[in-house]
Amino acid sequence: MSLFEHKVSELHQLLHKKEISVSDLADQSFKRINEVEGKVQAFLTLDEERARAKAKALDDKLALGEGKGLLFGMPIGIKDNIVTKNLRTTCASKILENFDPIYDATVMGKLHEAETVTIGKLNMDEFAMGSSNENSHYQVTRNPWNLDTVPGGSSGGSAASVAAGEVLFSLGSDTGGSIRQPASYCGVVGMKPTYGLVSRYGLVAFASSLDQIGPITRTVEDNAYLLQAIAGHDSMDSTSANVDIPDYVSKLSGDVKGLKIAVPKEYLGEGVSQEVRQSVLEALKVLGKLGAEWEEVSLPHSKYALATYYLLSSSEASANLARFDGVRYGYRTQDAQNLIDMYKKTRAEGFGEEVKRRIMLGTFALSSGYYDAYYKKAQKVRHLIKKDFDEIFKDYDVVIGPTAPTPAFRVGEKIDDPLTMYANDILTIPVNLAGVPGISVPCGFAGGLPLGLQIIGNHYDESTVYRVAHAFEQATDYHKQKPQL
Amino acid sequence: MSRISIDQVKHVAHLARLAVTEEEADKLTEQLDKIITFAELLNEVDTEGVEPISHVLDIKNVMREDVAKPGLSNEEVLKNAPDHQDGQIKVPAIIE
Repeated sequence: MSLFEHKVSELHQLLHKKEISVSDLADQSFKRINEVEGKVQAFLTLDEERARAKAKALDDKLALGEGKGLLFGMPIGIKDNIVTKNLRTTCASKILENFDPIYDATVMGKLHEAETVTIGKLNMDEFAMGSSNENSHYQVTRNPWNLDTVPGGSSGGSAASVAAGEVLFSLGSDTGGSIRQPASYCGVVGMKPTYGLVSRYGLVAFASSLDQIGPITRTVEDNAYLLQAIAGHDSMDSTSANVDIPDYVSKLSGDVKGLKIAVPKEYLGEGVSQEVRQSVLEALKVLGKLGAEWEEVSLPHSKYALATYYLLSSSEASANLARFDGVRYGYRTQDAQNLIDMYKKTRAEGFGEEVKRRIMLGTFALSSGYYDAYYKKAQKVRHLIKKDFDEIFKDYDVVIGPTAPTPAFRVGEKIDDPLTMYANDILTIPVNLAGVPGISVPCGFAGGLPLGLQIIGNHYDESTVYRVAHAFEQATDYHKQKPQL
Repeated sequence: MSRISIDQVKHVAHLARLAVTEEEADKLTEQLDKIITFAELLNEVDTEGVEPISHVLDIKNVMREDVAKPGLSNEEVLKNAPDHQDGQIKVPAIIE
């Protein structure tokens, strides 16, 4: 049995009872990586030497009776858009092929304090733009449940590595669903926290008004522990919220009696497959038996979320990605006549097709004569989408629906049609636009592929989201199923 | 009617500092046209009197004390630079 079938709290006890060592946990990771990485291809960079050395150093501490923190010694994988000092960070892009950061993201600093062990950097869609990992410059990560299907994206490596048992847990980032959708496809738990809850200092920016870092884990409890470790105000991120962080795990009471659930009719409508709809209705029955009440509601502006998102996120991306110019870091073309020519060729050669398409869309939407019609219009519709959620949370504790409209699709199936690919995110995008927290937890299978239930809470109410997710998880056994690799 | 012409695509590519071949410009024109047409779905939303929002937090203009702190060393700054000389980042000619 894999050590990673234990929860964090159990592993912590095993460490302190001296039944296992931190080195055993690191061994478990690298052993499993040796076995399955050839099939899954979740990692872009492994940090084995340093991980083993750190595990050894932590074992010395353990021998002295230190290491009381719950995450002490736990092996973690990091999405490759989170900068790691002296550990290559590529954003799965050619333009950052040899980028070796000179600083750590704030979340990495927090993980160092918590004394986790970084195993390596995980594959993603280039600059987090995509829903399948097929936009990585380097490799296509596969879904451990069926190697012919995608793991989802953009945090596909983060979700697949956890599902495959290569790491205990991982960090991803979520701009329009990039934690929750791959968590759904890979049958793991993925949380996008409230906008501003986790510092983004050191997260390579895609769309700054939407990006959030969050945990991907096997269980809800582990997820709450990991979020606890990385959340909190940071003066290095001016969008970081200065709020008290509650003790999430203490709120996992299993009690949802009297809880009021809103189920938007738009989330079970057109485009959502029958099996997905059925799994959500079954999940609502489970929560109903536990004493929760649900009602159908309407989030009337849902159908505009996708268009709003692509205009805003691409506009922000076009500005954020201007920094990749071949001057200070990253790839530079070999053949340039002058500075402008160098910029143009460097970016043309260094960025992939989807990234260029979004930079073009964003530049267009922000350009003179089109700004009001596209960018500003989208900002107004975003306000209406946020108000939809504000209204619902006056009367309900959580909003529940599917995470993704279908289970994982086949590699190559949607890559040629951007609009079809974008439609994977219709159920996750509104959450980013409104800035509220959302989690995906396993809620069933269709054709051997996992399905995810999305639970959405009000701003800063991760506690309720976790409580509902945990109660559902405890009442079902979907999270106990493992892919056969 | 087409929402965006190939000449516009080339102009936008110039603004975005992206070199595009004729073939790429053609393909982008077609794809952007579809995406922009889709985005025009927003025109059916009545946004009269609705404030545009750039993010969802109640904070703005976050200031810090203006205190001098140590910066990066020259070595760190140059570590990832594609080309440098005499401690400075080197780029192709700016003036002909």
